[in-house]
Amino acid sequence: MNASFSGKLPGRIVLLLVFGFLYLPIAVLVLLSFNDSGLPTSWSGFSVRWYGALLANTDILRAAGNTLIVAVFATVISTVLGTLMALGMETRRRKSNGLEALAFAPMVIPDIVLAVALLTFFSRLGLAMGLHTIVISHVIFDLAFVCSVVRARLKHFDFSIVEASRDLGASGWTTFWRVTFPVLLPSIVAGALLAFTLSVDEFIIAFFTAGAGRSSITLPMQIYSMIRFGITPEVNALATIVMGVSATALLISQWLNREQQVP
Amino acid sequence: MSFNATRPNLLAAPGVAWLVAFMVVPCVLVLSYAFFQRGVWGGVEYTFTLENFARVLDPLYAKIFLNSARIALTATVVAILIAYPAAYAISRAPRMSQPILLFFAVLPFWSNYLIRTYAWIVLLNREGLINNLLRWLGYTGEPLSMLYTESAVITGLVYNYLPFVILAIYSTLSRLNPELMEASRDLGAGPVRTFLRVTLPLTLPGVAAGGVFVFVLSIGNFVTPALLGGGRFQMVGNLVYDQFLTANDWPFGAALGAALILTMIVLLLLQARATAHASGESKGEASQ
Repeated sequence: MNASFSGKLPGRIVLLLVFGFLYLPIAVLVLLSFNDSGLPTSWSGFSVRWYGALLANTDILRAAGNTLIVAVFATVISTVLGTLMALGMETRRRKSNGLEALAFAPMVIPDIVLAVALLTFFSRLGLAMGLHTIVISHVIFDLAFVCSVVRARLKHFDFSIVEASRDLGASGWTTFWRVTFPVLLPSIVAGALLAFTLSVDEFIIAFFTAGAGRSSITLPMQIYSMIRFGITPEVNALATIVMGVSATALLISQWLNREQQVP
Repeated sequence: MSFNATRPNLLAAPGVAWLVAFMVVPCVLVLSYAFFQRGVWGGVEYTFTLENFARVLDPLYAKIFLNSARIALTATVVAILIAYPAAYAISRAPRMSQPILLFFAVLPFWSNYLIRTYAWIVLLNREGLINNLLRWLGYTGEPLSMLYTESAVITGLVYNYLPFVILAIYSTLSRLNPELMEASRDLGAGPVRTFLRVTLPLTLPGVAAGGVFVFVLSIGNFVTPALLGGGRFQMVGNLVYDQFLTANDWPFGAALGAALILTMIVLLLLQARATAHASGESKGEASQ
């Protein structure tokens, strides 16, 4: 790098190029979803017919319903378990390396390995696979992310207010709901939104743990089978909706996390 | 639910139980399959063997492993080369706008992986946007076949994992003490030398963290090679997929999975060592 790099202009050019690289492909999809012909060959006028086509496609609607069921259950379970785990880990006297590794592993283990491990496990148990096995599997990484978001908040948490509440005669239960929980709430919601997004978008593990049959196909599995062999105009509309939902959830999650930085 | 820091608590127990039951046990189970023989009709026959590991080293499969490693390494290097200037530019932006720039750099990372990959099918297809743009610009030759090539696979990997590398490098750059660079300048080093001898070595932990992440996720990836490589490029991820869902050779698939996990662990340990080394170095420099 040279001296001029730290100057304003080159930095701006770099940012423009990188953000262009990151966002142009997405922008093209969004734009195409409103193209009447649905194809990138030509612009044949603004239209929402591909969104209409989505509503008429029962496969997609069922997949969307399945995804919602999986994401809601996985989010609720992982938010409870992840928050408790964060509290348990941050209130330990000594850091446990085993516990740290266990909480970190779901974020780094290759998806494909976890996917085949779960497939092997469920079939060894003789468990019929379906939406419930996808929920069980999604909770694994969802809870790790919730745990890490809540722990980040707990690192700045002043435990002396808990002691104060106890000294003033509040029970442990009251102290938790009246003191600890309100402070942690923004990070718990942020973690839950992150878990929801991850669950809605997850493909590989769902693909391996959904079992045979079409009844438990989730949205990403449906998208995969649609894009496998090229461009399908309906996917552009579906992609736009899915990305819109994720981006909204993340903006809210980020905003909640921002608030907590000022205690 | 009070917090008595001197007493062990069981709050983490349900989460730990979940992870042990549904992550540790299944992983141990599948890895143990690698030591058994394949059953005649698929499935597993419980006779101890090391044959599956020998097969991983067989030239045919070792070649796929090395090829995946090469593609993953290329993606890693390209991602770092793009992410470093980007992270540097963000760290030099006004303080107020840094979190916003960072948020928008990372946002695509949390959106659907399949959709981000599909976007490149739309761009690179023979009937796709880039070929149409070329035609519009007056190009009259055959449409370019950019999809289903190794470059397409690498582009997809770089595109998908770039945000994380930017984040990792930015986090080390933002913690850098600007006085160190000033000191280097005052002592007569030019900007290039200051960058190479001071800034770069101190930010290597971020580069290593981002790099390991891209490499590990790329080498085990099966979606990108399937979609952008059109199934023409076998990578370890695809190989594992095939053993479990088409070839029905679970023990061999398990051995391949073990090789993937081993690669990941070795790289994470190396990264941890590099980080420890670099932080030791920076402390030394700061005290001088």
